[in-house]
Amino acid sequence: MKTKGIILIAIIIAILIGFSSAYIVDETEQVVVTQLGKVVGTPKKEPGLYFRIPFIQTPNALPKNLLEWDGDPGQIPTMEKTYIWVDTFARWKIVDPVKFLETVKSLTSARGRLDDIIDPAVRNFITSYRLIEAVRTTNREMDIVEMGMDAKTQEDHKTTYSISTGRDKITKGIMEQAMPKLAKFGIELVDVKIKRINYVEEVRKSVYGRMIAERSQIAEKFRSEGKGEARKILGEKERDLKLITSEAYRKAQEIKGKADAEATILYAKAYGIDPEFYSFIRTLEIYNQALDKESSLLLSTDSEFFKYLKGYSFKP
Amino acid sequence: MNWDWEKLKERQDRKGGKGIPPQMGEFFEKIKELKLPGGPLIIIIVILAIFFGYSTIFKIEYDEVGIVQRFGEYVRTCQPGLNFKLPAGIEKLTKVRVTYIYKEEFGFRSSRIDARDRFSSESENINVSLMLTGDLNVAIVPWIVQYRIKDPFNYLFKVQDIRKLLVDMSEAAMRLVVGDRSVNEVINKRNEIAVEARGVLQKEMDNAESGIHIVTIEMKKTNVPGPVQPSFNEVNQAIQEKETMIYQAKEDYNKAVPAARGEAERTIKAAEGYGLDRVNRAKGDASRFMAIYTEYAKAKDVTKRRLYLEMLRELFPKLGEKFIIDADQKNLLPFLNLGKQKGAK
Repeated sequence: MKTKGIILIAIIIAILIGFSSAYIVDETEQVVVTQLGKVVGTPKKEPGLYFRIPFIQTPNALPKNLLEWDGDPGQIPTMEKTYIWVDTFARWKIVDPVKFLETVKSLTSARGRLDDIIDPAVRNFITSYRLIEAVRTTNREMDIVEMGMDAKTQEDHKTTYSISTGRDKITKGIMEQAMPKLAKFGIELVDVKIKRINYVEEVRKSVYGRMIAERSQIAEKFRSEGKGEARKILGEKERDLKLITSEAYRKAQEIKGKADAEATILYAKAYGIDPEFYSFIRTLEIYNQALDKESSLLLSTDSEFFKYLKGYSFKP
Repeated sequence: MNWDWEKLKERQDRKGGKGIPPQMGEFFEKIKELKLPGGPLIIIIVILAIFFGYSTIFKIEYDEVGIVQRFGEYVRTCQPGLNFKLPAGIEKLTKVRVTYIYKEEFGFRSSRIDARDRFSSESENINVSLMLTGDLNVAIVPWIVQYRIKDPFNYLFKVQDIRKLLVDMSEAAMRLVVGDRSVNEVINKRNEIAVEARGVLQKEMDNAESGIHIVTIEMKKTNVPGPVQPSFNEVNQAIQEKETMIYQAKEDYNKAVPAARGEAERTIKAAEGYGLDRVNRAKGDASRFMAIYTEYAKAKDVTKRRLYLEMLRELFPKLGEKFIIDADQKNLLPFLNLGKQKGAK
């Protein structure tokens, strides 16, 4: 019975030791084994079942996958002294778990370090660029050209809204500034992104005011454009009317002139044969037409018509 | 089945034979006796067997896959249906819904309750949707991201807090796209923005090996902030006014010009009429003259005389007063008061 009991206890101890010496490394983890606070062996980066010396060695599991860092949103002035809220986030990895364990120990304190390093970098970069540089990424042609703007304003807009750096380069710059400082903690910064940029409350109000003013100006421009366009059309109307009537007059005169000329030719040709005779019969016709009851006629007996009144034998 | 045996035993233990009909009690006694030879070891084995059995057989629903890890290491992916694995402690199962479309809403009220940010949840919606546009105006842009897990392995193991990554990346991507557009474009070209933002977001999710496929980004109604809205409407109104004015002017134009064209046409036609008239008359006159002349040429003197006399015959009766004076009579004219006679009439 006594031996049986000893064997049972031995088995239990063996199982306990077996269990406490085995540990599992998950797909998402990497493990650094420490022996009385000192790192032993290489970190276990491959998932699977591992063994250790129980009680003396401790496995310290650290995440291997992509970790998130969320920046503290804060008021930062840009180069043109506009105050904006900037909210950033970053993604990072523990690439050197041994260093990480020796320097920062836990994820919480690692986040603190990240705060200390990335936040100032963000501040540095935002303050040394114009706001537009942090907002835009490319110099893509934007449709800001309201029909209401003149060429000069458009040109101004182009220079105001064009960038030389852009958001991508700023975030890259932040990353490059922060990265070397994080290397000594065994941390690799994968990227830094600007999540939000907003005007602070007071600035926002004045921006709204500006937007309203801009719109009203555009609206006015549209209205006066409408007026101008209408006037132009009315002018066209007047011009076209004059053009049409005068052209018609010109054509009519030409036609008449041509006809008159033709008639003249015809008359000249016909009457040219005997101008004397023409003037004779034409004169007779005119007598007939021009004289009427109102006219008094004083004729001498010398005339052709009355010469016979004095005698038929009369010879002039 | 083991399970049934266990249940029976449990019940038996609990009730301790109380209230069980005698026959049944006997029956249980018999069973107890049957098992007793094995001792408590059997019971332990049975319990273990049940435990293992329970953790080795599992069902995967039609819209899921099962990811199995052995001692933490990924070994296989199980398809829908009944599956087996080694008992708990050795193999671990995680189910992932791969066909389900997940949805995240940004910047409007039906949004989920979350504490993912250090913002207070009150102003959260406004802060999410308020964006700076490329012309440094402010726009309100709410949107929805729909996504699906395309690679369960990456989804489970590559990123620590994958939903937060998705949410943050969505915001960053949307702001990136909106930041390169004017406020006009943000309001009028929502589709274009959705497509581009989807592209940016998908790229970022792929870079992070998140195993997430962005199905679609759907833009809700984009607008400018409340205080600015009336002025935007005013612009639309002004555009309408402008068009109205132009149409009215065109109406005026159309009223007058075609009529004038007709009138011009009339003038020209009239001139043509005049021309025809003139030429025809000339031709007629010429022909008439020629005809007369032909005859006149044959007997010039007689014809001339005849014409003259004919004229007089026609004219004479039409005339008012006629005075015939002898050719030898002189100084008559002073007595003839032509003017007075006319005045007396």
